[in-house]
Amino acid sequence: MTPTRKRRLYAVLAIAVGVSGAVALALTALNDNMLFFFSPAEVHAGEVPSGSNFRLGGMVLDGSVSRTPGDLKVRFVLTDYNKSVPVEFEGILPDLFREGQGIIAQGALSTGASGEQVFIASEVLAKHDETYMPPEVADALKKAEEAKEAAGDS
Amino acid sequence: MKLTLLLPLLAFVALGVLLKSGIGKDPTLVPSPLIAKPAPAFDLPLLADQEQRLTRDDLLGTRYLLNVWGSWCPACQVEHPYITELAEGGELPVYGLNWKDEAGEAKRWLDYFGNPYRANLYDPSGRTGIDFGVYGAPETFLIDADGTVLAKHVGPLDAQIFAETFAPLLTAEPES
Amino acid sequence: MIPELGQFALILALAMAVIQGTLPIFGAQMGKTTWMNVARPAAFGQATFVTIALAVLTYAFVTQDFSVVYVAQNSNLLLPIPYRVSAVWGAHEGSLLLWVWILAVWTVAVALFSRSQPDGFIARVIGVMGWISVGFLLFTLLTSNPFLRHVPALPDGNDLNPLLQDPGLIIHPPMLYTGYVGFSVAFAFAIAALLEGRVDSRWVRWSRPWTNVAWAFLTIGIALGSWWAYYELGWGGWWFWDPVENASFMPWLAGTALIHSQAVTDKRGAFKSWTILLAISAFSLSLLGTFLVRSGVLTSVHAFASDPERGMFILGFLFVLCGGALLLYAIRAPGIATGGQFSTVSRETALLTNNLFMAGSAAMVLVGTLYPLIAEAAGWGKISVGPPYFGLMFFILMAPIILLMPYGPFTRWRSDNAGRLVRDSLPLLAVSVVAGVAPWIVWQDLSIRGVLGLAGGIWVMAMTIKYLLHVNRSAKSRWLGMPRLSRAALGMLLAHLGVGVFLIGVTMVETRGIEKDVAMKPGESFEANGYDFQFLGVNRVDGPNYQADQGVFSVSRGGDVIAELRPEKRGYSRGGQIMTEAAIDPGLTRDLYVSLGEPLDETGSWAVRVYFKPFIRWIWLGALMMMAGGMLAASDQRYFREAAAARKARAAAQGDGEPAAQGDEAPAAA
Repeated sequence: MTPTRKRRLYAVLAIAVGVSGAVALALTALNDNMLFFFSPAEVHAGEVPSGSNFRLGGMVLDGSVSRTPGDLKVRFVLTDYNKSVPVEFEGILPDLFREGQGIIAQGALSTGASGEQVFIASEVLAKHDETYMPPEVADALKKAEEAKEAAGDS
Repeated sequence: MKLTLLLPLLAFVALGVLLKSGIGKDPTLVPSPLIAKPAPAFDLPLLADQEQRLTRDDLLGTRYLLNVWGSWCPACQVEHPYITELAEGGELPVYGLNWKDEAGEAKRWLDYFGNPYRANLYDPSGRTGIDFGVYGAPETFLIDADGTVLAKHVGPLDAQIFAETFAPLLTAEPES
Repeated sequence: MIPELGQFALILALAMAVIQGTLPIFGAQMGKTTWMNVARPAAFGQATFVTIALAVLTYAFVTQDFSVVYVAQNSNLLLPIPYRVSAVWGAHEGSLLLWVWILAVWTVAVALFSRSQPDGFIARVIGVMGWISVGFLLFTLLTSNPFLRHVPALPDGNDLNPLLQDPGLIIHPPMLYTGYVGFSVAFAFAIAALLEGRVDSRWVRWSRPWTNVAWAFLTIGIALGSWWAYYELGWGGWWFWDPVENASFMPWLAGTALIHSQAVTDKRGAFKSWTILLAISAFSLSLLGTFLVRSGVLTSVHAFASDPERGMFILGFLFVLCGGALLLYAIRAPGIATGGQFSTVSRETALLTNNLFMAGSAAMVLVGTLYPLIAEAAGWGKISVGPPYFGLMFFILMAPIILLMPYGPFTRWRSDNAGRLVRDSLPLLAVSVVAGVAPWIVWQDLSIRGVLGLAGGIWVMAMTIKYLLHVNRSAKSRWLGMPRLSRAALGMLLAHLGVGVFLIGVTMVETRGIEKDVAMKPGESFEANGYDFQFLGVNRVDGPNYQADQGVFSVSRGGDVIAELRPEKRGYSRGGQIMTEAAIDPGLTRDLYVSLGEPLDETGSWAVRVYFKPFIRWIWLGALMMMAGGMLAASDQRYFREAAAARKARAAAQGDGEPAAQGDEAPAAA
């Protein structure tokens, strides 16, 4: 092999190793930071792997928002009008968080004081648009509605 | 032609196919499960006079449009002139469902923009909206004389959408 | 009647763009000078008509013509005049018109400042830009007409989205679009070179200043967006890895790679093929960004209203333009001569490394942004990719760039001695390590990224200054004690210095910032990093088109009051949107940031965000320096000198060329 060829081979090898390393790393990082989306019905059906972080989407049930006086703890119920999940969040809610609004919460499931499942949210997202419905939430609602219809027919 | 030179093009085509798959997954386009089913029963006070109530069964015998709106909803203002035009046409009575709104605001809104509705159902809690599967205002339902939901549109209504979604259903004689 | 004029002007502009995109290119391919000469007048005509259209829309906004649907949806009787003007680009249709207009302005600029270059080449460049104009004008006219009428006129409009009623948003989109669209020049130069079939380094030299200016605008556009998000969205973040942000960041990364690869091609004739590919990629990624923002394919906090039809149009356009460009590349690239041999240790290698990592970062951002789409297409369920992915990947990909970047200017072209480079840099390397480790010892809780970030920032700044002094010592002629470096070199150094400043800012904010959400009663105070935030209460204030709850906070340090902060929670009268307006006391070494959450109970206590943001201004200061560097480099005398020389040569050639041309034709006639 001529010196130039040898050098070129090394360069190609180095790039190949670098690229495959980067790809492997990227895939690992992607998998670690991937957040699945679930609806309240899916939570009830036990589709969520235990202990995992995920996003929960639904409508904030009317009249369900309550605050603990003196601190920033908020409790509310997210529903797809079929099943509901109570949510706990500590912090400041986005401007467009309202009862009856579709929102997405990020966090994990935990067992509450009375043994029921509570979603502990680390983040609550609502879009800056009145008429906006997060597509995931709309989808979840649609599925729930269809499920309700099916149940009603049978 | 060296094949490696085609790689960027191939990668781009793959990307294009992926992006194409993402387009048009518009959740609002899916038909409502309510279609061809009886409209949910409702019994609500009127916006203009909350002493009076209107129920689904009061409206049996007429084919009408039920337009879900709120004074807080910008898109409702967009469709409002067309709703007015429809109502003034007189062929199809238009009822309003004032959804998740406050009566004072809603009345001011109607004073300002004009009130095309034959009557407005007042649903501040949004319960009836939920029964109708309303995701967000505006939405419009076409309800037949026998109380069946014939069609539904999510988003601002305009002449084109009306012609495509509702008009074909109007040619059939109302069952009475 | 006037809005119809606007639409008519757009149709005429389209006609002009079609002429601009066809005749000059055919003329150039077939050697017809008269056809080629159509390029400039067509470009001027197109720009004139687009300018008329934009002026008409602006006029409609200023005069509150609510018979125009777009005006009615984005303005309001109460809206102050400056926002009526910026409302022109406040939503999809108008911002698209702005896009088209900026493209027309770039085309005119190319037409004006390219007189020194061969007619055939410039005819092709203007022709390619004409095609881009055709695509966007069609897009505007067919799917997003801003002049659509609503009869009868609405009594009042909907109001501009309150988020956009802000000085930052008046200038952010024009800057960003100028950057996006500016890459179309480099793209057009590359395609013209491919069409001509003579891919040498000439076109790269000509396109360098254009690329630098476009990159500078994109840099400042992105920085403005980040600054705006910081103070306007009310939660104090400066970057969210949101799809729309990524959409602007990908072309920036590709553009940064392009600038460096152009340098190699210009100076040494190497990487020709790669430079062309990057020029195509940078503009394609700009278009992809436009697609992502306007098609609703990805959900984001600030996407435009989604519309599948529009998405299909841009995708089709992207397909034709970029697919065509890449096909042309695949056909013509084998003819490109490889040139400029270089050894493993050389400036070429250094710049190649930069390119690989920049391109890698762009690919990483692309994958992360589109991953939800991939997962959905593959049926893995609905997912989203969290910011930590981007943070981690970016850190890994940028670390080598930061380490190697300062060596770039010191390294000689063709071949250099690695030992010498490392030896010379050892003292500053040691200083940088100390600069990273010392804070870790003092603060105890600095993360590894914090240590590396600080060390990296100091390293880049120190080495860049060292280079400046080093040149100063060796340069013979000086000017006011400063070395007589070319503007290109000074611009490069300024931009590199900006990277260091930026890095310090990011590292300090991310590792030393304090973010607390607290419940506060009037009279209570909260302490963050030695600053005492006292909550005095909430007042009611009225703005032109909103009512607000205004909180009053007194900030003191060591007993001295240093600032009074008045954050607001605004309710806009139209549409009832609620907006958080943060109050910030800015400073070079720290920002104090307070925003109101919501009232918690009847006693007047509120949820409050209290943030301490050290060195956050350095993030935007660094970006500002990068922008200034890009502009400075673009203004290098060399480009003007060469242009002047070329012009003179052409003038001379034309002077005695005319009889010769006649002589050429004579045999054909005979």
